[in-house]
Amino acid sequence: MGKVGKIARRTFLIGSAAVVGGVAFGVYKVKTPHANPLEQDLAGGAATFNPWVVIDGDTITLIGPHGDKGQGVAHSQAVLIAEEMDLELGQFEVSFGKPDKAYWNTAMADESVPFMSTDESFAAETMRGVMGGVLKLMGLQGTGGSTTIPDSFDKLRKAGAVARETLKAAAAQKSGINTTALRTEAGHVILPDGSQLSYQELAPIAAGLDPVTEVTLRDPSQWRLIGKPMKRLDILAKSTGTQTYGIDVEVPGAVHAAIKVNPRQGGVLNGYDATEALAMRGVSKVVEITGGVAVVADNTWRAFQAADAIEFDWGDAPYPAEMEDHWKALGASFKDELLDKEWRNDGDVETAIAEGKALELEYRAPYVAHAPLEPLNATVLVEEDGVIVWTGHQVPRQLQLLVAGITGHEQEQVTFHNQFMGGSFGHRLEFEHIKQATEIANQMRGTPVKLTYSREEDMAHDFPRHPGVARAAGTVKDGKVEALDLQVAMPSVIASQMGRAEISLPGPDSQIAAGSWNNPYSLPNYRMRAYRAPELAPVSSWRSVGASANGFFFDSALDELIHAAGADPMEERIRLMEHDVSRKVLEAVAEMSSWGGQLRPNQGRGVAFIESFGVPTAEVIEVTNTEDGIRIDKVWVAADVGTVVDPVNFENLVQGGVVFGLGHAINCEITYSDGMAEQSNFDSHEGMRLYQCPEIIVKGLENGAKVRGIGEPPVPPAAPALANAIFAATGQRIREMPFYKHISFV
Amino acid sequence: MQLVVDGKTHEVDVEDDMPLLWVLRDELNIKGVKYGCGIAACGACTVHINGEAVRSCQTFVSDVEGPVTTINGLGTPDLMHTVQEAWTETQVAQCGYCQSGQIMQAASLLNENPNPTDDEIDEAMSGNLCRCGTYPRIRAAVKLAATKAQGV
Repeated sequence: MGKVGKIARRTFLIGSAAVVGGVAFGVYKVKTPHANPLEQDLAGGAATFNPWVVIDGDTITLIGPHGDKGQGVAHSQAVLIAEEMDLELGQFEVSFGKPDKAYWNTAMADESVPFMSTDESFAAETMRGVMGGVLKLMGLQGTGGSTTIPDSFDKLRKAGAVARETLKAAAAQKSGINTTALRTEAGHVILPDGSQLSYQELAPIAAGLDPVTEVTLRDPSQWRLIGKPMKRLDILAKSTGTQTYGIDVEVPGAVHAAIKVNPRQGGVLNGYDATEALAMRGVSKVVEITGGVAVVADNTWRAFQAADAIEFDWGDAPYPAEMEDHWKALGASFKDELLDKEWRNDGDVETAIAEGKALELEYRAPYVAHAPLEPLNATVLVEEDGVIVWTGHQVPRQLQLLVAGITGHEQEQVTFHNQFMGGSFGHRLEFEHIKQATEIANQMRGTPVKLTYSREEDMAHDFPRHPGVARAAGTVKDGKVEALDLQVAMPSVIASQMGRAEISLPGPDSQIAAGSWNNPYSLPNYRMRAYRAPELAPVSSWRSVGASANGFFFDSALDELIHAAGADPMEERIRLMEHDVSRKVLEAVAEMSSWGGQLRPNQGRGVAFIESFGVPTAEVIEVTNTEDGIRIDKVWVAADVGTVVDPVNFENLVQGGVVFGLGHAINCEITYSDGMAEQSNFDSHEGMRLYQCPEIIVKGLENGAKVRGIGEPPVPPAAPALANAIFAATGQRIREMPFYKHISFV
Repeated sequence: MQLVVDGKTHEVDVEDDMPLLWVLRDELNIKGVKYGCGIAACGACTVHINGEAVRSCQTFVSDVEGPVTTINGLGTPDLMHTVQEAWTETQVAQCGYCQSGQIMQAASLLNENPNPTDDEIDEAMSGNLCRCGTYPRIRAAVKLAATKAQGV
């Protein structure tokens, strides 16, 4: 029985402690630092001050344990350390480090930091502030839920400050000059006479000192890097074809594998005939894996070709075979026994609706695929004394546990080399490809196995965004929105996702309601009830998770009520918004877009506001109703993240989030027929292409008290802002994604 | 058969119908060329043959007549092509996985049309998918590259 078995069906306890693999971290751990994982690997004379900084010979390496899926955190994590350590870009290497308890996310990771000033309310604030259930579940070294910057902002700056002050202490020892007379600049300690001692030459002395843990972080007015335009550390490699991703990993002696697993997700393999495949050039073997088979060959293409040549007899899907039945199941979920939670009940919705004229509306959000452009892949080498895994993944320690459980090794015997990821959007939170590559490699011990998914396998075995149906009723009075009653039915994405890791989660799933219940409007009467639909096709977190559908539901319904009241969509939202930081976001986007100004014929504008992952985000979209269909002309976005760490990357991520939100809202759905996804490649599920992309104008606000991440928050308002703009331009309400089913686009 | 890639001549022994993409990646270990879809729907595998952009995933290796240029041969980190310079200055990439193909497509466009209009850029670049949504920066980088090239 391996490690995965040991954690099976254990329950994550949220808020107070997390249990993974039998290790509990509670409040008592606050003053007990984890061992510094870097100490084990140090050469003589090399120095490490904490889990994030190591100086070895000429090389200074900064460890950013959060994975980089394209959101730029390899850069931004390093910048937070470099800011306090007085390093310039180019003076250090960056690394994702190795899986370790010291890198646990947020509250858990904070407990590992001895120099963290005590903040009794930190855990509570994190849990209160971050709505993503994913974060709560990943109270371990995980990347997701737009948490990298919130997790890292204080921790990594302190790590840099500790390194700086310890190096100054080393310089004081070497020079005999008191540290108060020393300063640091560009990788050196500067003595009063202007002479310089490099960090590298001080490292052997610093290695013998206890790290200085009483440090003061710099005032934002002194920042050299944070908030200033910077050149991303990976931009040169990513512009010259020299960035290595998981799919590019070359291990000497590696063989190439392709898989075929039942396209009816979770269905069994009844039988197969691999005779033809085995006779094909370069094919060395066909091995069985859970739910399917793998072809091993000397080349990726040959493995793909041979996998296609195998004849299969697949079992049925363990969920409704036809899409129509998925929608029926969702529609039948609005009943008391499936009420997951009534998340909000302000005022008296029922009385208000009984008294007023009610709108009754229904909205739909389909399954959509993650489809990162780099197909899933993993390279695994299993040997008697250990396992090595090369891939890009968002949850490294869980990956180790899973691999160890398959091969029978201890978790510590699994070495994981995290790679830059060619996108994820949530897909690289999943483990199926890791499991499959390990199952193959475990049958070929001593030979490195590189598993590459074909695009078709990647899409067939994606766990898409969960679908949802919303029912909204509401009233207006005296030209104002009076009441909104929103009911949402979705399968639980968290139950599906964590179920695959054999972890059960008690209590309601916040992702059925995220983006709807937590909006900071002060409607006189607002009720939000979440219904847990039965599990249908297996689903997974998709960029912005529950808010990706709820944003569309909530804001569309609000917009319909505002129009029913005869009010201005922007003015009424601002009037209803008592939350100061959020209101300023709306006011900013109104000003940026000159809301209320003159439009050309056939133009229309819509606004939407959604708060997700603690980030209030407002978008105004301008469209033209042309003879050939809707053209999106322009988008204005304002979002408040407290502090913008890297303004260039911030703008890029916001623009990308808008494109992601719009592209899928317009063009994409996964549908099932005969138990299989009907979309298999980018010809049938392509998101947005360049010709549809509007101009996108971005403003980052910094009024919020907390530092937040921007990877996901721009996605949820995009779909409703577009639907609202289409209504303004055409009078047609679109209540179902993808929009192309209801109106043409240029 | 012989292939000339990035100025070097290679002898390869593969099936006639192996796509150029996989010869480049798996036989010649030129990893800047990316696999995204295998059906010419994403453009990540774009290379130049005789200076013209083609999708290497849909090009049989036996059909290649003429020198192949990949992103790794277009320019290097030390000596970038104008389009690569424009891509770094504009900071286009997020995950970066599609950008090899985007850059090869843009270089081909500018080779044929040194001063493309917005519509011409949209038309030439819309076959290259970017899942991260870097399109506003791709547009800006193509224009910057056009300006740079004309300034030389």
